[in-house]
Amino acid sequence: MSAAIIVQVALGGLLMGLVYALVAAGLSLIFGLMDVVNFAHGELLMLAMYATFMIHQATGLDPLLQLPLVALLLFGAGVAIYRGLISRALSVRFNTGMVQVFVTFGLSIFLVGIAQIVFGSDFRAINDGWLSNANLVMGQIVLPWSQVAAGLVCVLAFAALMLISRTEFGRALEATREDRDAVALIGINRDRVFSIGWGIGAAAVGIAGVMLANFYYISPNVGANFALIAYVTVALGGFGSLLGALIAGVLVGLVEAMTALVMDPSLKQVGIFAIYVMVLMFRPRGLFGRL
Amino acid sequence: MPDPILQVRGVSKSFGSVQANVDVTFDVERGEILGLIGPNGAGKSTLFNSIAGAETPDSGEILLDGKCISGRGPVACTQLGIGRTFQVVRSFDSMTVLENVMVGAFARVSRVRQAMTIALDVIDFCGLTSHVDTPAHSLTPPGKRRLEVARALATQPRILLLDEMLTGLTPTEAQAGMQLVRDVRTRGITIIMVEHVMEVLLPLIDRAIVLHLGAKLAEGSPKDMVRNPDVIRAYLGDRYVVA
Amino acid sequence: MSTQTNAIIRRRRRELIIGAVLLVVLAVLPLPIPNVYLRGLMVLTLLYAGLSQGWNILGGYCGQISLGHALYFGIGGYTSAMLFTKYGIPPSVGMFVGGGLAGAAALLVGWPCFRLSGHYYAIATLVVGMMVLLLITNWDFVNAAMGITVPFRHESWINLEFRTAVLPFHYFMLAYAAVAWLLAWIVEGSRWGFYWRAVKDDVAAARSLAVRVFPSKMAAAAISGAITGVGGALYTQYVGFIDPDSGFGLPLSVLIALPAVVGGVGTLWGPFLGAAFLIPVQQLIVAWLGSTGNGIDLVIYGIVIMGLALARPQGLVSLFGIRSLAGGEVLADTSAAAEAVDNA
Repeated sequence: MSAAIIVQVALGGLLMGLVYALVAAGLSLIFGLMDVVNFAHGELLMLAMYATFMIHQATGLDPLLQLPLVALLLFGAGVAIYRGLISRALSVRFNTGMVQVFVTFGLSIFLVGIAQIVFGSDFRAINDGWLSNANLVMGQIVLPWSQVAAGLVCVLAFAALMLISRTEFGRALEATREDRDAVALIGINRDRVFSIGWGIGAAAVGIAGVMLANFYYISPNVGANFALIAYVTVALGGFGSLLGALIAGVLVGLVEAMTALVMDPSLKQVGIFAIYVMVLMFRPRGLFGRL
Repeated sequence: MPDPILQVRGVSKSFGSVQANVDVTFDVERGEILGLIGPNGAGKSTLFNSIAGAETPDSGEILLDGKCISGRGPVACTQLGIGRTFQVVRSFDSMTVLENVMVGAFARVSRVRQAMTIALDVIDFCGLTSHVDTPAHSLTPPGKRRLEVARALATQPRILLLDEMLTGLTPTEAQAGMQLVRDVRTRGITIIMVEHVMEVLLPLIDRAIVLHLGAKLAEGSPKDMVRNPDVIRAYLGDRYVVA
Repeated sequence: MSTQTNAIIRRRRRELIIGAVLLVVLAVLPLPIPNVYLRGLMVLTLLYAGLSQGWNILGGYCGQISLGHALYFGIGGYTSAMLFTKYGIPPSVGMFVGGGLAGAAALLVGWPCFRLSGHYYAIATLVVGMMVLLLITNWDFVNAAMGITVPFRHESWINLEFRTAVLPFHYFMLAYAAVAWLLAWIVEGSRWGFYWRAVKDDVAAARSLAVRVFPSKMAAAAISGAITGVGGALYTQYVGFIDPDSGFGLPLSVLIALPAVVGGVGTLWGPFLGAAFLIPVQQLIVAWLGSTGNGIDLVIYGIVIMGLALARPQGLVSLFGIRSLAGGEVLADTSAAAEAVDNA
């Protein structure tokens, strides 16, 4: 195993880690916002990937160009989910914690079912995009451009998220999280803030989905895998922390890649699970969490 | 012969830059009804919570029959014999009165029938028998307060801490409440009552500790407290002090 | 003050009587119905009623929603199958060993996870479930992805093997469901039951009454895990096969929790009502749509879960006016109107 291979694998892991970070950031945002775990988060990713695929099939539009479009679509989906389901779940007087869990869980199952019906269980892929078959070659290290681009775009999206969190809206988000009832007194419309928060969280996942569609297989169950990684990432980084999501995402991506190197590739997730167990045992609130 | 059941020794507690309790020291006599009074912000609640185990003092200690209980947490304190009510009533709304009190009884027994027996006895003592099967959430406010007391009593405490139990009651309700407190004392339970409205408490208590701005201001019989110029100044300002 | 009759005692008595009657009815029910398909339906319904009641003890009463309960099902099923196929130990013994191991596993999972609140705990159970699925799929000792087939040797009650008869399994599953129900009934009326409800209502008040929650949660976990494990062993003997997906898969975890959610989380009858409603529906879907219907069952489950969670989170039991334990309305046995409390 040459040094070049190790570096290549590590870089690949880093790039994937950036994608994980963005997915996790979307989850963490919604999470930190209203203490709701979005169990349908993976399915939002799946939706974005299918949307990218379909638009590409129908119009030939390259995934890269679809970024703003799909991001907007997912933004709308996030808002719709909040207004249609979550806001109702939050106002249920009875056992709200359980209701939140089951509402998003039910949504997740529902979306997978819809995808199976509409698209069937076969794996799809985009093989003729601009980035599909090009590689970045640096000496002995070969990285698919699709993955490199994914990493770059996700970092940019992440930066955008961090910028938003520093704006007035970001602070309104923070305030609404701290005390939902009091914010009404200072003129912050809670519903509007939450809707937009959901929209942004979903859009973040959407961007990750578009980039993933360039090189990852698309199937109704693809969301479950990424969701799992997202949960671990958020747990490791700390619920509600954007920076934590970034660092944790990169760590998770690296660990996964390195595990695949030393173990049977089908067991590469074991490394991630090991991380999760350690976080559980030794630092339940994660690296930057404010539980 | 002084026979202190509870000893508070130099208890201090701050929250950030706010000094809630400053070096508070006093004893509580066995079997007495002690009033912990003072204007708002005096540090009564913090001290109360420290005794009940819900807060841990930064320094100093609290001894129950010579045994240190400060910082041990509410569960341990209750097991050792401190019962408490909450200022804002915290009843178990999904349960009936009987079930609420049984939760308290389970602190001492583990079998359901035993807990039921204890609970029914306490409910009877507190005058809630006609509401044994009433859902806790549909009681009137005085009823809920009575339930709080009953629930705490079911844990068979040596000391009962009552947090603003008489605030906001009509005169009739307050009278009934005071009678209940006297009845509890006849069972041999020492009582510490926190109130910020003095006149409600004065006829009831044996002694009073007055707190002001976190420190103990005065200590003595109710009659003395009413005439104490420092106390009057603390509550009403300088104008009312008769030189 | 002798133990006068009160609402608690009356309700408990009523529940036992209804349970006994139901047991008799269900024991007699399959006799006039020789249809194998219908009998199989009843077997499955009873199995899921028991499984879900097991889940309910931890998820409903204790309030720790587990989305990875298939873990315990799989442990029970695999243990029983392995003991039988590799060491010849009869499943009538193996299922208790499996149940025991599953209970132990539940303790192991619960120990670090119970300090996590609500949805954090749910996530943890999901992750742990997926983790074990992955490990089992790659573990050669248990045949990895191929799973374990239980060969049929001869008719035997000890080995829970019957060539074609479904009826014996009906009685096994009925006994299973009955025991699960009884355990839930006992737990609900025990000190733990009171403590869990108290903690759900107000943690601070519960602590002030010396309620120590962690040990009671561990107990709930062990019982819940064990019940689920035994169910897994029973099912494995019934179908003669178990593999990673059928033993540890996420759809199974959903199906274990679903009857309780649909019927009424934290209630005594919820899982049974839910199973009676869901299993026939699910079998209908499978029969009607076959393998091409993949997806429609998920869509239906999803809608059912979402709809129930929003519209009627107390579950189907509330339609029957049955007391909903997990924080809802209490059956009005008494005057609900509160008069001023007069002094005794």
